[in-house]
Formats: sequence, structure tokens, C-alpha cells
Amino acid sequence: MLIIGAGPAGLAAAVRCAEGGRSVSIVDDNPDIGGQIWRGGPGIAKTRDASEWCTKLRSNNRISILNGRVISADRALQRVTVELAEGALVIAWSTLILATGARELFLPFPGWTLPGVVGVGGLQALVKSGLPIANKRVVVAGSGPLLLAVASYLSKQDAVVLTIAEQAPWPRLVRFGAMLLRFPSKLWQSIRLRVSLLHVRYRPGCWITRAEGDARLQRVHVTNGRTTWVEECDYAAVAFGLWPNAELASLLGCKLDESGVVVDSYGRTSLPDILCAGEVTGVGGLDLSLAEGEVAGFTACGDLTAADRLLQRRKRALAFARHLQHAFRSRPEVKGLSDPNTVICRCEDVTLGRLREVSSWRAAKLHTRCGMGPCQGRICGPALNVLFGWQASSVRPPLFPARIGSLLAEGAPRERQWQLYEDAMERGDSCNNDALQRRPLDRS
Amino acid sequence: MPSVCINGIPVTVPDGITVASAVMLAGEFAFRHSISGEPRAPFCGMGICFECRLVIDGLAHARSCQIVVREGMDIRTT
Repeated sequence: MLIIGAGPAGLAAAVRCAEGGRSVSIVDDNPDIGGQIWRGGPGIAKTRDASEWCTKLRSNNRISILNGRVISADRALQRVTVELAEGALVIAWSTLILATGARELFLPFPGWTLPGVVGVGGLQALVKSGLPIANKRVVVAGSGPLLLAVASYLSKQDAVVLTIAEQAPWPRLVRFGAMLLRFPSKLWQSIRLRVSLLHVRYRPGCWITRAEGDARLQRVHVTNGRTTWVEECDYAAVAFGLWPNAELASLLGCKLDESGVVVDSYGRTSLPDILCAGEVTGVGGLDLSLAEGEVAGFTACGDLTAADRLLQRRKRALAFARHLQHAFRSRPEVKGLSDPNTVICRCEDVTLGRLREVSSWRAAKLHTRCGMGPCQGRICGPALNVLFGWQASSVRPPLFPARIGSLLAEGAPRERQWQLYEDAMERGDSCNNDALQRRPLDRS
Repeated sequence: MPSVCINGIPVTVPDGITVASAVMLAGEFAFRHSISGEPRAPFCGMGICFECRLVIDGLAHARSCQIVVREGMDIRTT
């Protein structure tokens, strides 16, 4: 049993699989388990939920955790190539669960490439990983409940959150609030969040129009559509919701739709030995990810009865997710912030002006190199999908920039593979930050 | 508290932080320069955008936001 992604869905799936008697390997490219929402780090206190799942995972002997990144996959041979800090491993599966999660959706605006302009979850991730934020002035902008969650977190770390600019207009938010009455636990969560942020200006119907600064961010311009004002700040955390990390699923040949990987209510994809759970099947939040993870774990063990018991929870979580998507969808103005000189593809510095000369993703790649840099279109692709309706073309390996040695790993002798695996397991054995670090480089 | 070298300057940083956070903590905001010469710094925070890439111990394209600092690391911006 191989699970890709150690966020909530992956953890839940791993634990249920292992409890069902199967031996599980779980692969994640972060130094610690938890994915984005349960990101660990020095001195990070986890929520009770997070602690429980992480403890269950770490204490189960049938689960081994590998710190690495999947760079290619072979559907027919049922195996993936995982690049580690040192070397690469080819891992075969009998059942594969993809829990690769989601990344943030970024809609470009003038100045968004300045140092200091970061994602919303991105800034939280950086702060959790040790970035000092106390007394730094932060503007949080874009869309979605993540803005509040992150602003609250940053506030607790003594950041000065100047304002939260939510692009969704008031009427939509009011309707969303009314709908929350049907989900009491969510309502309670929102109230607690809002109360923790009473000292911060929360501005619906507002968005950032530009960022300015001399070699780094110094100020942003914010508007409500009628008036515009300036906020002097050190960081601008800006993102417009989430986008599924469906590239591996796509490479394997799983069917996708506009939300993500297509799955049935048991987490099964269009391919028989591959299951999928969490945000990558469609952005839906933590509860849905956990439910889907558990369901996938039970299904993988053949325990459909246990999976059935979670179906109601899954349905409710899906309903909530739909309301969320609807409430926070992007308004037209935030799709039109860029001017012809605004860089859209950050890797290759392709501006909007140049992209307007072509009419498809493929043409953009061929004529401008847009999407051909290190991120392989993960940042600009979703933006261009929202802005122009362009669909990214098929995914090809390597999924990420990879060392040549890793690409050759499939040809490596078995003994070498086993040595790498044992070394990696040894490093990951105590399943904490220290153990997952790479060993000192062999300079010979 | 590990001691690392950022662009040749030794810096002591908190245990367990990522290289990206260490470099920003040290006050360096230009991790790399883009094709047209723009300074760039960590953006997505989760290993997707590659804006945080640095040369670590002589190896280029290291995603610094996902690598924890170790004693004696040599870190260079580009």
C-alpha cells in the first residue's frame, strides 16, 4: 500500500489501512507530516485532531514514512520513482492512494512578483517554518476562509495584520453566513475566528490592485471598486482559494474533471488499483479530507462496511464545500488586474502582453515558454485557466525538476535500491524533524 | 542553534527552521534573480513555485522552503 501525501487525507488513509492489517508506505516532500493545514515546525502546537492522527500514524508499526518527491510514475508497471534528499527509489504498489492535496490559486496583479508578496497559506507555511513575523505589517488579501484563519494565526504570532481584503462582496458573505446555521460546528468555528480578529479590519468587497516597492514590497494599493487607498506593509499574503495538485493523477491516467480527480463515494478513481482522497479530488476543507482519507483507507482494505458508515459525513462535508466554492468565487475585477507588462509566468518572465498574442496554453508554451520553467505551469497554469479559460495540456514526467541520477534510478541495481530504502527508513524511523533531515553530503 | 553560511557570512539560526526562513531572517530578500533581472523571494511556501531556490552545499535548485537547516550548511543566493 503506497500513499502519496501525508496531509490529513493521507494520514487518515494510512492509519485505517494499517489498522486493517496492511503494510503502508507514505511519501511526502515536506520535512514533517501534516501537509499544509497541519504543518509542523519548531514549537508548533498542533490541534487536538492533528495530534491524534499524527500520533496514531507514528505509533503504528505497519506504517513507514518516506521524505521524498514523486517525480515519475509508471501505470503499467505500478510503480513510482521517488526522489529523496540523496538518491531516488523506485517503489511498487499493489494499491495506490493519492492524497496530494491542493496548492493556492494566484491571480496576478502588477507587482505580485516583488519579494514580500506571498501566498496566504504560503505566509503561514513560511512563518511556521521559522520566518519571524512579530511586529511586521501584513496585508492579507484574496478570497476564502483561509484569509481569516491565517490572519488569526499571524496575529497570534504578533504580526500587525493591517487589513483583510476579501474580494467576495458583502451580500454573498451574508448569505454564506446564513447558510452556516445549518452547520453548527462550522458556525462556531467562524465565530471564534472572527472574535479573535476583532482588532483587524475585515473588508469584504475589496482587493489589492497593485504592489509597489524598491527591490522588495513596501506598499499595496487596495480598492473597493470606488475608492483606492494605500497600505504600507512588509508582507502581502494574497491568494484566491485552492487548486488541486492533480498532476500525478493525470500522469497515471486517472480521469479528472474541473474540480480535480474524479472519484466515487468510496474514493476509487477511474483506474482499478488507484484511490484518491482529500483536496485533490476537489477542494472541500479539512473535514472532507479526513472523511475521504478514512473512506479510502477502508476501501483499500476491502472494508466497505466501515467506509459506508462515513458516507453521510462525506456527503455533508461535500455540501458545505459546494457552498464555500460558490460564496468565494472570483469576481470579474480580480481577473483583470494585470497590465500588459505584468509578468504572468514567473519562471520564464512571460508578460500578459505577450500571452495576449496567442490563443491557447499549448501555443503559449511554444511561442513564449510560458509553463516550461521549474514550476511546470503550476503557478501560471491555474491563473490562465481562470483568466482565459485555457486548459493545460497533458502532463509529462518528470513531474518536478529532478536530478538526472533520479531519472536513471529505475535502472539502478536492486541492492542499491534496498540500501537507499533502508537508509531512508533509518532516518525516518523516529518520525520527527531531526530524523527526516538528510545526512551530511558525501563529498567524495 | 546551528550556524550556517549565507553568501559567505556565518549566521546562527534557530534549530529546526527551513533554509528559506533562515535566509529571510538574515535579512536577505533576493533569493534569485529572474530572467529579466527581477529579484525574487519565497512565494508559495510549499515547494511548488521554485522562487525560493538556492545553491545549498554546492547544489543548485534546492527548494529552500522544504529543507531544514543543518550545522555548517553553505547557502548562496543567485
